[in-house]
Amino acid sequence: MSNLLNVTSAPHVREKTDTQRIMLYVIIALLPTTAFGVYNFGLRALALILITVATCVASEWCYEKLLHKKSTIKDLSAVVTGLLLALNFPHTLPFWQAVLGGVFAIIVVKMLFGGLGQNFMNPALGARCFLLISFASTMNSFTYDGVTGATPLTLLKQGEPVNTLSMLIGRTGGTIGETSTICILIGAVILIMLNVIDLRIPGTYILTFAVFTLLFGGHGLDLNYLTAELCGGGLMLGAFFMATDYVTSPITPNGKIIYGIILGVLTGIFRFFGPAAEGVSYAIIFSNILVPLIEKWTVPRAFGVVKQKKEKKEGK
Amino acid sequence: MSLKTFKGGVHPYDGKDLSKDKPSTEYKPKGDLVFPLSQHIGAPAKAIVAVGDNVLLGQKIAEANGFVSSPIFASVSGTVKAIEPHRTPTGDMVESIVIENDGKYLDVGFHETEDVTKLSNEEIIEKIKESGVVGLGGAGFPTHVKLSPKDPAQIEYIIANCAECEPYLTSDYRRMVENPEMLVEGMKIILQMFPNAKGYFGIEDNKPDCIEKLSELTKDEDRLIVVPLMTKYPQGGERQLIKAVTGREINSKMLPADAGCIVDNVETIIAIYNAVKLGRPLTTGMFTVTGDAVKEPQNFRICIGTSYEELLEAAGGLKSPAKKMISGGPMMGFALMDTNVNSTKTSSSLLCLTEDEASKYEETACINCGRCVEACPENLIPSRLADYSAHGQTEVFEEWYGMECIECGSCSYGCPARRPLAQAIKTMKKDILAARRKK
Repeated sequence: MSNLLNVTSAPHVREKTDTQRIMLYVIIALLPTTAFGVYNFGLRALALILITVATCVASEWCYEKLLHKKSTIKDLSAVVTGLLLALNFPHTLPFWQAVLGGVFAIIVVKMLFGGLGQNFMNPALGARCFLLISFASTMNSFTYDGVTGATPLTLLKQGEPVNTLSMLIGRTGGTIGETSTICILIGAVILIMLNVIDLRIPGTYILTFAVFTLLFGGHGLDLNYLTAELCGGGLMLGAFFMATDYVTSPITPNGKIIYGIILGVLTGIFRFFGPAAEGVSYAIIFSNILVPLIEKWTVPRAFGVVKQKKEKKEGK
Repeated sequence: MSLKTFKGGVHPYDGKDLSKDKPSTEYKPKGDLVFPLSQHIGAPAKAIVAVGDNVLLGQKIAEANGFVSSPIFASVSGTVKAIEPHRTPTGDMVESIVIENDGKYLDVGFHETEDVTKLSNEEIIEKIKESGVVGLGGAGFPTHVKLSPKDPAQIEYIIANCAECEPYLTSDYRRMVENPEMLVEGMKIILQMFPNAKGYFGIEDNKPDCIEKLSELTKDEDRLIVVPLMTKYPQGGERQLIKAVTGREINSKMLPADAGCIVDNVETIIAIYNAVKLGRPLTTGMFTVTGDAVKEPQNFRICIGTSYEELLEAAGGLKSPAKKMISGGPMMGFALMDTNVNSTKTSSSLLCLTEDEASKYEETACINCGRCVEACPENLIPSRLADYSAHGQTEVFEEWYGMECIECGSCSYGCPARRPLAQAIKTMKKDILAARRKK
């Protein structure tokens, strides 16, 4: 009788995929655009990425050490945050600002709200917006091939011509990870193939934004302009890698669609009617705040449950 | 051809190769047999034998105690040794009749019915009831109750649950391979009572030989249809099976009969055949002993009441230490402390695994990934329901349709944060049901 077996509630088997593996998949999916960013902007971009990732991981480790909590850095979520944050920096950003951003992302946006799974705002984007407001000049200074100039999206807003082919490939100025649409799409395919994300959020987001652009972009049915708007700025990176952040997006299937639509509309409003050329980051963190509300509206009806309206009418 | 199925579900490792090609052998018990008085849903049966009585194989030893109840029959001949509480495979302590097997297998004599088509509906129901037939897929709902819907004319679908979607289990599979005629004849007996119904055999497509065999047997029958189903867990869940076969949906407040359906699993239909045609009460069953810890995984035709310990020995015992023993399948079965339990009417397998996956991984924070939502065949949001359960938020739990959970475990299976979602939801469901009963 001494060696009784462990009795647990069913089910008694588990799928192999765990949180760490999912985060690893995201990192793998980010590698094409990361590699292109380093190729495009040089070794300083690499240094910036490494510093930001290290800062994020160290911040989480220190926070948990200080509060005597179990370390969670092994789940790799801090690495993902650091990587995404760095991909949103111009490669010329001073290192100390990158460090500050990393600390802000992890400590303020993530850990103070309870750590992984509890933050209501995407940590990387929260920190990016914090830096955008605090250090507007360094965050908005884009140097490409040694020349400081406007990003394609800014040129577009000013009515200047842009080269959509180089935008697709990514041979333009911008933040480290946002320029190459092709590399981001390769990453998106990886995420979808590995079952990390589906198209509900990015699909509706991009589609809504495209429709919004055609209607309110002021260029009518100009496909060249549309392509430039879609490939420019942080839209692709944001749609596939940040809007799809599990923690800060709705869990309900229909909620994901509504969320995507709101993102598309907000991005359109910010880009076409706001003062800045870019609007993805703000659209996402603003929509993050709406998530609990969206979820409340979109609790799916359970299998086999019929709408109750009829019953109410019949019974009194 | 696109296969019929339902939305959601998971694809766990199926492990059926361990035992599926082992033809069943008869196992004669050596030790005592134990018959819990409650091995069905409804009122426990009432013992009608006393300690010291001699009993014969097939003799009724406990009678039904009400309409929703079921009698119990001795599966061997011998002497009543005790009537005392025993642990059942589901973990409960239940008053049980213990019979010392004399090894002679003297039976009470069974009377075959020459022509079942001459039996009236009432006679068929009576035979089923008096043979102790209950839902053998696991729930143990008395079959005579299921077969007595309010309006028999409204029943359009009699569905044989041949999905066997639980990983590792091969008892239904062996039945279909070894006794397909009995299954078909059993189905015909049920159809006899429901003139407007057709009989459907819903079989997952990982059992192509069964699909082929049953299709062959039913090819000249207008009222018998074989429906190949997608291999996906929980395809054999009653609501999911009805959806796949008929396209109709039912919820927790409805009975299959409300959708014009009656669902019985393979073993139950075989038991109906035995009861009505052969006049034999329910005393035997098909039982799989399997798992990566078992030396020779195989299928046995057993006497109900046989000890798990004996059955494990009959399968060569353990080849490596088992960290987890389960009565039933890995998704919905019951974990055992040890093999010191005896098979009941609804037992179908003993699964011994070298890994205790449920305890192996540490629970981490929910990352809201939505895998549980994708997996849930009932269209629920398991991660939130588990939170509501943890916080005792009964109202929201019900608003988010928590009571619709069928406890299939798909959510826990796929959770990357290793949260015991199904367990939390089951707990709250139980609390809510208990509170309702008090009212």
